[in-house]
Parts: sequence; structure tokens; C-alpha cells
Amino acid sequence: MMPRALRSLAVAAALAAASFAANAQQVLKIAYIDPLSGPFANVGEAGLKQFQYLADQVNQKNLAGGVKFEVVGFDNKTSPQESLNVLKKVIDSGIRYIMQGNGSSVAIALSDAVQKHNERNPGKELVYLNYAAVDPVLTNEKCHFHHFRFDANSDMKMEALTTFLAQDKNIKKVYLINQNYSFGQAVTKAAKADLARKRPDIQIVGDDLHPLGQVKDFAPYVAKIKASGADTVITGNWGTDMTLLVKAAKDAGLNVNFYTYYGGGLGSVAAMGDSAIGKVKQITEWHANVPTKDTDRMVNEFKKKNPDLDYYYGRAGTLMFMLAQAVKQAKSTEPNAVAKALSGMKMETELGQVEMRAADHQMIQPLYISTLQKQASKGGPKEVKYDADNSGLGFATDARIEAYVSAQPTSCNMKKP
Amino acid sequence: MEFFLISMLNGVTYGLLLFMLSSGLTLIFSMMGVLNFAHASFYMLGAYFAYQISVKIGFWPALVIAPLAVGAIGMLVERYGLRKVHKYGHVPELLFTFGLAYLIEEAVHLIWGRSAVDYRVPAELSGSLFKIYGTAFPEYRGFMMLVSVLMLVSLYLVLTRTRIGLVIQAALTHPDTVEALGHNVPRVFMLVFGGGCALAGLAGVIGGNALVTEPGMALSLGAIMFVVVVLGGLGSLAGAFIASLLIGLLQTFAVGFDGSLGRLFAPLGISFPSGTFLGELWGLTISSAAPVLPYVLMVLMLIFRPRGLLGTRDV
Amino acid sequence: MSAGANLGTTIRFRPLNVGRYFLWGSFALVLAVLPLFFSAGFAITMMSQMGIFIIAALAYNMLLGETGLLSFGHAVYTGLGSYFAIHALNWIAAGTLPLPVALVPLVGGLFGLLFGLLFGYIITKKAGTTFAMITLGIGEMVFAASLMFPSFFGGEGGISANRVVGKPFLGITYGPAIQVYYLIALWTFVAMIAMFALTRTPLGRVANAVRDNPERAEFIGYNTHIVRFLMFALSGFFAGIAGGLSAINFEIVSAESVGAQRSGGMLLAAYIGGVGVFFGPVIGAIIFTFFLVAMSNMTKAWLLYLGLFFMAIVMFAPGGIASVILMNLRVWKAGFMNRLWKPYAALASAGVIALGGFVAIVEMTYKLSDSGGGGAFSVFGIPIDLAKPLSWIVAGLVLAVGGFLYRRAWVAMKREWDDIQSILAERAT
Repeated sequence: MMPRALRSLAVAAALAAASFAANAQQVLKIAYIDPLSGPFANVGEAGLKQFQYLADQVNQKNLAGGVKFEVVGFDNKTSPQESLNVLKKVIDSGIRYIMQGNGSSVAIALSDAVQKHNERNPGKELVYLNYAAVDPVLTNEKCHFHHFRFDANSDMKMEALTTFLAQDKNIKKVYLINQNYSFGQAVTKAAKADLARKRPDIQIVGDDLHPLGQVKDFAPYVAKIKASGADTVITGNWGTDMTLLVKAAKDAGLNVNFYTYYGGGLGSVAAMGDSAIGKVKQITEWHANVPTKDTDRMVNEFKKKNPDLDYYYGRAGTLMFMLAQAVKQAKSTEPNAVAKALSGMKMETELGQVEMRAADHQMIQPLYISTLQKQASKGGPKEVKYDADNSGLGFATDARIEAYVSAQPTSCNMKKP
Repeated sequence: MEFFLISMLNGVTYGLLLFMLSSGLTLIFSMMGVLNFAHASFYMLGAYFAYQISVKIGFWPALVIAPLAVGAIGMLVERYGLRKVHKYGHVPELLFTFGLAYLIEEAVHLIWGRSAVDYRVPAELSGSLFKIYGTAFPEYRGFMMLVSVLMLVSLYLVLTRTRIGLVIQAALTHPDTVEALGHNVPRVFMLVFGGGCALAGLAGVIGGNALVTEPGMALSLGAIMFVVVVLGGLGSLAGAFIASLLIGLLQTFAVGFDGSLGRLFAPLGISFPSGTFLGELWGLTISSAAPVLPYVLMVLMLIFRPRGLLGTRDV
Repeated sequence: MSAGANLGTTIRFRPLNVGRYFLWGSFALVLAVLPLFFSAGFAITMMSQMGIFIIAALAYNMLLGETGLLSFGHAVYTGLGSYFAIHALNWIAAGTLPLPVALVPLVGGLFGLLFGLLFGYIITKKAGTTFAMITLGIGEMVFAASLMFPSFFGGEGGISANRVVGKPFLGITYGPAIQVYYLIALWTFVAMIAMFALTRTPLGRVANAVRDNPERAEFIGYNTHIVRFLMFALSGFFAGIAGGLSAINFEIVSAESVGAQRSGGMLLAAYIGGVGVFFGPVIGAIIFTFFLVAMSNMTKAWLLYLGLFFMAIVMFAPGGIASVILMNLRVWKAGFMNRLWKPYAALASAGVIALGGFVAIVEMTYKLSDSGGGGAFSVFGIPIDLAKPLSWIVAGLVLAVGGFLYRRAWVAMKREWDDIQSILAERAT
């Protein structure tokens, strides 16, 4: 053990070195840790391209007070353990900011590792910017000062979804079908609790949990839904578990609305095709057909650069611009200073005010419920300017849910440095 | 009754799709002793080829061309890959197909990208065949049933009524004798491997648009095919047929049952608090465990009757 | 099909056995000094993982190489070992389990043993494909269960723990990665010696007999079922130790650790290294971890390279890398290496050229498929424009020339090699 004085000296030296490095280069590197090979590489790749595009935007407009942003991709193969390996590599290369989104299992592992690293290596803190992992525990039991979530968590999304659903008096019977793992179980639980509170007259006629990614034929589930007489299905399913469900429903002539979390997930719209028109709704913080000006420009510009990809994450813009503002405000790229600036920061966006709540570092933002429709150019409603996955189908807004509606109390007990 | 009939129909169609996949595998497995881990990859290739062809010329040509193309690839793999490894024994053969599955998946990523492709059911078959208690039975599912039954019949005829079929059957049980009688057993192996792959390709053509055509489709079906083959018994197409239907029906009906250990023991007053391991076990419904049931069935079968339903020798 | 019947006999190289102590001693030395040369955080984790995977691959080889049992679900035992070890860490933190952190892998090992005994008794009744299929089925069942029972398995997020618990012993807290590395190195060393010793016991020998000819082993009075069962349970024990170490290393265990991919990885590693030689899986584990951890950071095509590398081993060196090394050692010992240096050098340089062309084409194809046509990038400072056919022609030419040279060098080398082998065979008679 080093004597105390010596240790604080070392810390000071490290800090000085860090700030010197920052001043010398004025480049803030962010490690993007998501799948870049294997089955989910398309999702990871699309996200990386978008964040790199946004970094260019920040640099062009000089939003971060002279600091340049650079996003570097690291492949974690969607595996928690691999992500921890990658994190070591990131730390070795001197990068102090990481972002990740795909998979709550990865997010929990990373958040945990970041917390431990920061405790064990004072002066070498990391900041974790979470843009898509929605497990509520990350901003509740497992919250910590250096984790920031820019997406609404799954409980918030359910709150917004049920608020909208409760206004529809035609809904009498709801069926829940979810993947049997922590996220799916959380969706089921939240849906039951929220509906019982807001519309006790709605009957929950079915509640299925099926193993994740194992079901090849959803026809039996559709038969069950049909037999239950449900008029609405709520599902947190993603990937093939969702697309197969929707397709099977279309095949059997099942006429229900699907309230989904990931109906617009990358590749899902193309996979569901016409079977989803008018039936599949999604809850998101943004979609391409929300009328905006600057974001609209970026959607177009991004599409021109990457014809195969969509500008998919609205919150990616919020994340990058907010980080830029925090760096500018802190006048430093030192993680602790930037994290302090981010904590509690409010920002005006084209969609309204958003806030990184200081108590738990959860972004509080308005949410949108939208339904899949044909693109305007293909004969759909006029507001559907942009399609998803180049499929000729896009989302049309049903409702905007204000930020205060979905905000949830938190059990987070954060230690601030 | 309503649920029973609909589930019956669903179970049978799913079972028949499984049969198309596993018939080729069971031929290959029982004859060459190779657990072909890449079999599902050939299924995937079939679906992608069919997608590509149906975009260019149409679904019906694809129905013929795609399986043939997959079969040809299968024969090449046997001739220039597997045959070389054959002399080292079964484990290297199996590992060879293991590696091949990796390669095919990466190739599919490279050529068609990593997202699902838009491979659609042809317009002629997208209507509904009939309605039963208000639930539509899609024409395409009927078509799938038709194709697989036709395939079963023609496979049966080829194996029992043609010369090559008789040689194959003989080679299944007595490869050495067949070799001694002057038949070119390696060539028979090549034909069987190619034929088996072609069958998988055909399953891909008609399964790819009914389900989803994406690079993960091979992985998601890989293990279940082994279950069918093992359950049915080695060398027995009839066994594979019965096992496919059995698994199709088992999975379909299990979905409908919400029973659990907790409900079973509730009258006896045995219960556990939720949030504990036993509580979760007690609350686990049959429906949520449905997709795992085939594996349970397989393990039980192997423990108590290793030769499978209709097999003549141990696996 | 009898899965293991043809795995051949254990290849052994006599003269080096004399210096066994020297060999183990230098291995220990290497373990001890490695971190001095590779001190970056990433290198330390990679080496830690190599250590863990060495134990796992060796435990796997107790089944495949020693007993002739092909398992598709060995991650069940490493994974369950990990889960119990991480729970043990949490119990230590809560003060309910008085155990030093250094002994936590033993908890993993004991539960690996327990599940090995539990499942093993039934599934080792049969060998061959029956055994392989049952392990596959059990693997799938345990994986499904790991997502269905979140109270024990922690659901999607898994279970996390903090390894810095309990009183520090001589200032060792296991906070810094380097301390964990030495803990892993120590366990790896001990487990390796134990597993090696096991191959020398009567049980190990009888296991070989059961692998090579179960009927004969049965005739001379051994119960093959019991032999397989014992080997299986012991293999579960060592696998569990590997699992426990990985729980300490990562401080988190999630469903992937009982998944089929992990099981497949052990099979791949053991086979690449060579199942017929004790130290084969050690080489395999090192190479496999390198592919998985380091290579995937360099290129997106790592899966393709791994698949091709693996298939090349299966087709051209079915005894694994270890058998290639042993064969060359034999030639060297007989004093014929001077005849092979030149052909080897020619082969290696031709191989490098061909590989360069091949890698260039693969990387360009991946880039092309990502960017959707066009685009430019640079390799080793050489700018490559994908839109220009020239880049493709050059890469293709390099590959063709390299391939041609390789072919020629191979023929020349093969001639020498066969000649030497026939001389050696003559000497032996």
C-alpha cells in the first residue's frame, strides 16, 4: 500500500497528464461497444455509422467548444464477457467514454464493470453512455454516477403505452405475449400493473411467456390468441420472435392490434412486410415521420451517404449534442467534470425539452406512439414521408406522450463524487 | 374442439416441414454415420437461392432450380471435402460439417447482408384455403403439406422401386457387402449427400417464405432436426416421419396448456413463494416450456430406448 | 457410429519424458514471467482467459481424447460451476460463507463434480452418438432453464458479484487484474498437473482402453460404464474449476456461459490443438482464445478465418497442431531436420504470399459488402480503392502466384518428408 500523500500525488499527476493530453489534442474519443460481427452485426454497424455521422455534425458545427468528437467501433459480439474484454482494450487505449445499447445483459455487465473500475482506479474514471438498453434496474438498484441512459426504460415505455391504450374505449380484452427472460417478464408485469390501475375494466385474457428465439411456428400461439377473443396484443418481442408472430397472425386472419416495443426495430419492418400495415404500433422516443427541421435534414443527408441504412435512433442525436454541451460547459474532457455537467442537464430539442434526471441519470423525454403504414409515395397517408428498411412502409404518429407522463419514481441511491 | 382442430392442423403442417428437413439428414446420418451439422445451412441456402431466383424469374422456377443447386453444392462438398476427411473417422467428419456451417453463414452474410430478405409467398398462394371456426387456413400452408407429402411418396418410390434406391437401402444396413458386390459406394455416398442437401434446399424454398429468411435461420433449426432423427430411429424414414409429426403436434398442443406443477399440487397445499427457484419451477407452465419439450423427449428416449421409435440399431 | 473409436492411440514422445520436471518447471516460469512482458490490461485479461480456457479444454479432453466420449454440452459444467462460484462470492460478501476468495474456484469445481455425478451416471451408460446426443439435449435444456429461472440464474443480466471481498491476505485484494492473473495461473498449473497425473493412474489407463476397445475392456473385467462415469464426473470437476475462475475474472456470469457456443468452443479448441496428446488442448486453447478475443478486434472476417483455419486442421492435420509438432520433433531428434529447413522456408514464404493475397480479397469483400459498393481504405498504409478493378486484379494475382509457389514448395517438401519417414521406418524395423 502506498502512503496516502504519495497516492494523492500520483492521482494528481494522472489528472494533470489526462488534462494535458486533452488540451494538446482536443479530441474526445468515444468507444462504441456493440456487435460488429456475427448475427447482430447489422444492428451494430448501422448504429456505429449513425454515431459517426453525428460526431461529424458536432465537429462541423463546433458544438463542443473546440473539442472534436471521434467515435471508434469495438466488437463485443453481443456477449457480456466479450464486452468486458473489449472494455479492457478500451481502457488500455486511453479512451474514457464508452457507449453501448444492444442487450441489457451486456449493459448490466458493462455498467457493473465501469462502476468497479471507477472505484478501484480513482482518477481514471470512465463514463458509460447507454443509448438503448432498457432494463429498469440500470437506473434503479444498479444505478451509479457514471452511467447515463438516453432511452426511456421499459417501465416508462409501458406507462406511456398504457396511457394511450386506456383512452381507446374499444379495447376490452388484452393478450400479453412475451419472451421468457427478464425483459419479457418485466413487460408482462408492468402491463398488468398499469392496466389494472388505469382501466380495471380491461380483461387480460392471456399471458404467455415463450422461450427466447426458440419458437419457429407461432401459429399455435395465434390460435390461442384467437380463441381468447382478444382485440389487442401487447408484446415486448423483438427480432424474429416479433416478425414471425405478426406474420402468423396475418396468415390466420387474426384481426388484432399489436402494441410493440420493437415493431420498428432494424430489419423488422422489411421482414413483416405488408402483413403489418395498420396493425403494428410501436412506442419510441422518435421516428422518421415526426415533423422536424434539422433532424429531417440529417435523415436525408444520412440516407444519401448510406442508401442501405436508416437514420434510426433519434436519441443518438440527443446523446451526442448533450455530451457536446456538457463538454463545453465543463470546459474539459475529464470524465468526472463532464459527468457532473451531464447530471441534471436540461436541453431544448426539436421535440421539446429533455432532461437527464440528476437522481438516477435517466433521460426524461417525450415519447411517440406510431402505426405502420404505407409510405406516402406508395399511396399511404401524406405524413409518412420516410419508410423503414427501404420497404415502402413507414410509421405514422398516433399520439405524442409528454415527458412528465412516463416519468417513474426511482429507487436509485447514487453516491456522487 | 375448435382449439383441438386448429392445433391439429398447425401441428401437422409444422411437423411436415420438420420432416422435409430431417428426411435428408436421416438418410445421410444413417448411411454415412455423419451428423451433418451443416444440414440446416443447406436449408438456409435453399431459401436464399429461392429468394434470389424468385426476384429474377419467379417462384415456380425457383421451386425446381434452388433445390437442384443446393444438391449440386452438397455433392461438391462431399466429393472434395468430406471424402478426404472420411478416412480419419466420424469425429473429424462431423467437425468438418461444423466448420462448414460457419463458412456458409459468413458467405450468406457477405452476399445477402445480415438482415432478413423480403422473400414472399407467391401471389397465387397468398389467399386462404378454407375457414374453420373463423380462423383462416392459408393456402400456402396447404401447399406446404402437399409438397411434403409428394416428397414423402416420391422418396418412398425412389428408394423401393428403383435400382439406385435398392442399392442405397442395402448400403444403409450392409455397406461392406454392397461394396463387395461391386457397387461404387463412395459414389452412392455422394449421391445420398447431394440428395439429402437438395431435400433440405427444398424445405428452404417453401419454408423460407412461410417463416423468415435471415442468416440466423439455420442456427435456430439446427438442433431440433437432430432430435427428429434420433427420435425416429436410425435409417428409418418412416420413423423420421412419425417423429416429425409427433414433435410438431407436441409443440403445438403444449402451447395450449397452461398447467403447471403449482396447479397440479395446489389441491395438496404444496406451494412455494414466488421469487425463489422452487417458486419459479412451480409456476412454470407447460406452454412456456413447449419449445424445450422435444429435447426432454429426446433425452428420455435415448436413455430408455436408444434405437429410437422405428430404428433397427442403436444410434 | 462410435464417436471416439478412431481417435487413435495416445501419441507420446519418449525422450522428452525424462525432462518432465524441466518441462513443467519452465512452464511454471513462463506463467510467472509472462505479465512482465505483456503488461497492458488487455494482454493480462487475454492471458487470464487463456489460463481458464486451458483448464476447460483439458477437462474436455479427458472425455474426448482420453475416454473417447464426444460431448456437445460441456459448458453445462463450466457454466454451473461459474454460477455457484459467483453465488459463493456474494455469500462471502454477505458474511454467510467464511471462505477466502482464492478458494472460490473449488466451489465451482465441487458443483461441477456434483452435476457431473448427477447427470453422468445416466448418460454415460452409452458411448458414441447416443452420448453425444444426450449431452446436446441436456445442454439445450440447461440453457433454456437459465433464462426461465431468474432467481438463481439472474435472467438476462446474469449474476454479478464483487471479488474484492473478505480480508486482504498479504495485501492481496484481487482488485487489480494482475493479482487475478496470478491466481488463475496458479490454479491452471495445479489443475494441469492434477489432470496429467490422472492420465498416469490406473483409471486413466483403463479409460484409454475403454476408448480404444470397450468390448475388450469389458472382457478383462472392467465395467465400462463405471469407468466412463468416473472420468465424466472428474472432468466435470475440472470444468467447474475453470468456471469458478471465470466467475472471479469477469465478476459476472450470464446465460451465455452455459450456452451451446461455449460447448462448441471447447470442442474446437481441443481438436485444433490435438486430442491425442496431453498438451494438445493447451495449444488449442491459446489459439482459440486469441482468435476469439484478439483477432475479432482486428477484422470483421474473424469468424470466416476461424472456420477456414479449423477446416484446414480437420482436413490436413487431423491429429491437431500437437501431432504436427511431435512428428517434427521426431525428425529433429533423428537428425534429419537439416534436410527440411529449406523446403520449410520455401513453403512458409510462399504461404505468406498466398495468405496475403487471400486476406486482401476477403477484407476487400467484407468492406464492399458493408459499404454497399465503392469506398476506399488502406491496409498497412497501402491505399486500396474498391471501385477500381486494378485492386482486385492485383490481389487476385498475388493469391494466384502465392498459391502456385505454395503448391510447388509443398510437393518438394512432401518428397523430402516421405523419404525421411521411410528411412525412419526402416530404422525402426
